[in-house]
Amino acid sequence: MTATARSTKPAATQSAVPPELQLTMLRHMLLIRRFEEKAAEAYALGKIGGFCHLYIGQEAVGVGALAALKEDDYVICSYREHGQALIKGISARAVMAELFGKATGCSKGKGGSMHLFDAKKGFMGGHGIVGGHIPLGAGLAFASKYQGNDKVSVCFFGEAAVNIGSFHETLNMSSVWKLPVIFLCENNRYGMGTAFERVAAVTDIVEHACSYDMAAELVDGMNVLTVYDATRRAVERARKQSQPTLLEVRTYRYMGHSMSDPLHGVYRTKDEVEEQKARDPITHLAGKLKEERVIDQAGLDAMDAEIHAEVEDAVKFADESPDPDPDELYTDVMVD
Amino acid sequence: MATLTYRDALNQALREEMQRDQDVFLMGEEVGVYQGAYKVSRGLLEEFGPKRVVDTPIAELGFAGIGVGAAMAGLRPVIEFMTWNFAVLAMDQIVNSVAKMLYMSGGQINVPIVFRGPNGAALQLGSQHSQAWESWLAHIPGLKVVAPATPADAKGLLKSAIRDNNPVIVLEGEMLYNLKGEVPDGEHIVPIGKAEVKREGKDVTLVCHSKTLTVALKAAEQLAEQDVKAEVLDLRSLRPLDETAILESVRKTNRAVVVEEGWPHAGIGAQVVDLIQRDAFDDLDAPVQRVTQADVPMPYNKHLERAAKASPEKVVAAARRVLYLE
Repeated sequence: MTATARSTKPAATQSAVPPELQLTMLRHMLLIRRFEEKAAEAYALGKIGGFCHLYIGQEAVGVGALAALKEDDYVICSYREHGQALIKGISARAVMAELFGKATGCSKGKGGSMHLFDAKKGFMGGHGIVGGHIPLGAGLAFASKYQGNDKVSVCFFGEAAVNIGSFHETLNMSSVWKLPVIFLCENNRYGMGTAFERVAAVTDIVEHACSYDMAAELVDGMNVLTVYDATRRAVERARKQSQPTLLEVRTYRYMGHSMSDPLHGVYRTKDEVEEQKARDPITHLAGKLKEERVIDQAGLDAMDAEIHAEVEDAVKFADESPDPDPDELYTDVMVD
Repeated sequence: MATLTYRDALNQALREEMQRDQDVFLMGEEVGVYQGAYKVSRGLLEEFGPKRVVDTPIAELGFAGIGVGAAMAGLRPVIEFMTWNFAVLAMDQIVNSVAKMLYMSGGQINVPIVFRGPNGAALQLGSQHSQAWESWLAHIPGLKVVAPATPADAKGLLKSAIRDNNPVIVLEGEMLYNLKGEVPDGEHIVPIGKAEVKREGKDVTLVCHSKTLTVALKAAEQLAEQDVKAEVLDLRSLRPLDETAILESVRKTNRAVVVEEGWPHAGIGAQVVDLIQRDAFDDLDAPVQRVTQADVPMPYNKHLERAAKASPEKVVAAARRVLYLE
């Protein structure tokens, strides 16, 4: 067994991140927050159907990680993927229209909230079976290595997926074959209504990397800059050394598992949710940037107003867009 | 034209397609150093190296999914399952990832992947190693499913499968690997979705695929001795099904027996019967009969196993029933 860098304590220090990039990250987190708030409204109005899993509270994870990537790197996600889709470059219009099931959606209205795709932008989908897309993330990295390009693959999944066989099978093969993949576990503490410690013998997910001789880091997911930092290290390891990394990013979802689930009640207390909200990643970064005089309150208000307008426009666009043509029922089953 | 075993015909198809296209690679358990559990991949590691002939751990779900991810990025993986019984562990990838990717991405991501390996019962391998999976797989929109019965069809259909831009399931007959037959050299392509009449006749159509072609041909010999001229129609592809060929034959013979290795309930034969009753009802002179594996897990004991399997005798009896000779 070779010695592999593994850190089970979150890194406290951050490398210097240019203020402009920090502002971009703030903007991205705010975009996701406002987008998801609008999605919740639209769901309540019956404009969005089925399952709809919101990212509110977890914005720092997707934003920090994607800031460390090149444009053509691959991102693949579970069904809680609105945020990553927006930051990977799919417009708010195309994502909202997909949630509305419209022909102008990024998957032509055939995917829905759980199946957002934009292959040209390297966004390889939202996938609906817990753990099912973890080997796909490794397969994208397998292709990068085979094709001799330097594309890195980042696979987002929740902590509940760690109990699934595909997680272990994939980590093993990725380490044996030295694939340029980052397994980014968003540990929001609950698989639907089941606290992770009630169903996992090992609750520090980073420790699973030991079984597969893989580099790993525990990351504070309520701080976008630490997520960015840790992902940058993992990306470098993937791109330069073709080695996989497991990141356990500790975060928290403010909303229920999906729009049809309660915020709290039998499985967590209201106090716990409020306590976590006090660590809000957006408030935290906005406060820091104000303190450092990178932005003032007027600047923040303007940013929020601009994002609000962008999201309102997306809702209007989605609402006014046509449904898919009835003939679309039978297209896209096979290609020629 | 050379005489090859079914195994070597598959090997030839793999070799030719790997020579033709750098994006094609083979992945699975024992495919490389061990030369294949059934020796289908013999010599490929030596010719193409470990980058393109990839030995995996015993982790069907994981390596099937890695293949899918690689296909999403433009490669053309051929994933070998040591047998289809083990592929059940990878069914999440086949059903939930592969078959739906194009549709749920709104037409953006096709998955040009081949899943192949031996299917159906061999001899005395017991319940868990003696199963025919075609009705499970053919049920799913988004997949193509082929089941070649001869060395020539094995080569031609595997080549078509590898070149197809859609996911294709190739069910190889576990008992067919040693079967010999004439195989055209070089570019020999059998189109997916085309059945073939393997023996002409006018009195009854025996519809079969994969190993049951051998069963049906033997039955046709025995029927010939009884002055019954049976037509043997080899489906070759199970999805898409060559409906035209089935209807043409039944319209000629007016009687049909469908033979398969799988279980009767919701089997491939049920689909064929549905087609015939719907589109050739007026051409039928008798209800269609089916010959399948007995509706039980496969027993180990060889006498019980023989009793469970489709056999020429059972096909002859069914043919006589549709001819009202019993």
